[in-house]
Amino acid sequence: MKESYDVVVIGAGPAGLASAIEAKKSGADKVLVIERDREPGGILLQCIHNGFGLHTFKEDLPGPAYAQRFIDEAASVGVDLLLDTMVMEVSEERQLWLSSASKGYFSLDAKAVVLAMGCRERTRAQIRIPGMRPSGVFTAGTAQRWVNVEGYMPGKRFVILGSGDIGMIMARRLTLEGAKVESVLEVQNYLSGLMRNYVQCLEDWNVPLHLRHTVKRVIGKNRVEAVEAVAVDEKWQFIPGTERIIPCDTLLLSVGLIPENELSKQAGVKLDPITGGPVVDQNFQTNLAGVFAAGNVVHVYDLVDYVSEAGDQAGKAAALFAQSLLTPAKKTIPVKAGKNVRYVVPHTLDPLALEKEDIVLQCRVSQPIEEDVWFEVRNENQSIVRRSDRYARPGEMVSVKLTPSMFADVMQADALTLDIYAKSEA
Amino acid sequence: MEEKNFICTACPMGCKLIVRMENDEVIQVLGHRCRRGEGYGRQEATAPKRMLATTVRTINGKHPLLPVYTSSEVPKAKMAEILAILRQVEISCPVKMGDVVLENIADTGIDILASRDM
Repeated sequence: MKESYDVVVIGAGPAGLASAIEAKKSGADKVLVIERDREPGGILLQCIHNGFGLHTFKEDLPGPAYAQRFIDEAASVGVDLLLDTMVMEVSEERQLWLSSASKGYFSLDAKAVVLAMGCRERTRAQIRIPGMRPSGVFTAGTAQRWVNVEGYMPGKRFVILGSGDIGMIMARRLTLEGAKVESVLEVQNYLSGLMRNYVQCLEDWNVPLHLRHTVKRVIGKNRVEAVEAVAVDEKWQFIPGTERIIPCDTLLLSVGLIPENELSKQAGVKLDPITGGPVVDQNFQTNLAGVFAAGNVVHVYDLVDYVSEAGDQAGKAAALFAQSLLTPAKKTIPVKAGKNVRYVVPHTLDPLALEKEDIVLQCRVSQPIEEDVWFEVRNENQSIVRRSDRYARPGEMVSVKLTPSMFADVMQADALTLDIYAKSEA
Repeated sequence: MEEKNFICTACPMGCKLIVRMENDEVIQVLGHRCRRGEGYGRQEATAPKRMLATTVRTINGKHPLLPVYTSSEVPKAKMAEILAILRQVEISCPVKMGDVVLENIADTGIDILASRDM
């Protein structure tokens, strides 16, 4: 007989593990996590640096230790784990088709599904770097896996394109392992990762960062021999005369992450073209009833602590759905990205849900503002809530909390809009 | 008088600190917007410290490397020495998260811990 579960979670990274644990704690009887790798933990296993858990555990943990806590808890609450297994297909009716070396091709049913497949790195093909096609061009995360888990050094002399967190962290890691990192090039005029990574990974180890620079050309027949770096203007056009040849044997790319949604698309989950992830409501439920999504598969986070929180919410809602305890929305309203906001998650919300519980809106600012700012949620011209901060940067996710005290105002709204603007503009 | 410049990492704000020194002693921290920032500036100017995470070789491990980290921040000046010691270390698996891989590394009073089970 085909196996049936209350909640099936796809992916055993931080979002998936948190979802499964919370689903179990919220009354789901049979909870399964399916993972394609041979061990649970996800990308945290290769993120051996510290800085995880400051928010959740008030401790400064390395990635594998943060993952281990969730792996241990999942085991202790009785979550089932299916490793080395690939989910091939998910249907609207929540039937899953899977494939593994030990069990072949098989299927199981779920009352609720949580999509927690995470994200993948943008590659050379997606940013179109001209030049030759030698070996020695890798994504920063691939290099991270080799250096930290498998024990290979991908080169001796590096250039890193993109100032994302993984790129900066790899600049330090490679330096610690005896390599020379010549330069980090960033096409924007601001850092795309976190400031503490700039200080501790680049400044500490004298790795130069060049803003408004990119790679014009990769040079090398069989192996990378050099890259040609160039300064760019605000429209990312090369500035003639600024070209510089940097000899190196490896180019690492840290140029952004894309939520991994092949399964979601095939299942019929509606995606947001800006985030690349599913359109979700305040329970992280997608347009398909009983299909939830959490973590980097929805939008790319900068801190794992918030990924785990999203997992908690999705897992709890999935467990309630599986027990027929999740109230279907009578009315849903859109949450729109307003002034200087790239996107907001959740995309829609049920105003009635706010009667009992807070709803946290997560968003990213489009352009950095280095002065006092307002984050404001409004219904047309009526302000519902605003909070201030001392800056807004694209590298740091921002959240604004709606509380039950705003219930009456939100009930009257046909849509909510979130704006981010300098106080001096107000 | 000497001036040192730092970007504060006590929080994500990233204040630009100026630390005024005389005879290796801090006389003034400028540019911080909170008390933690002042403390960070003093520490950075006199004895900067960092958490250190790296790997050691395994024997019978699921992977050839075990990730490890320092039980607390170590002096930046000692990092090269610590890394050189850890390059010589091999550890027999199984290991549990938090197990001490090496005690009191480089006489810092700080232990090297396993980051995960293996």
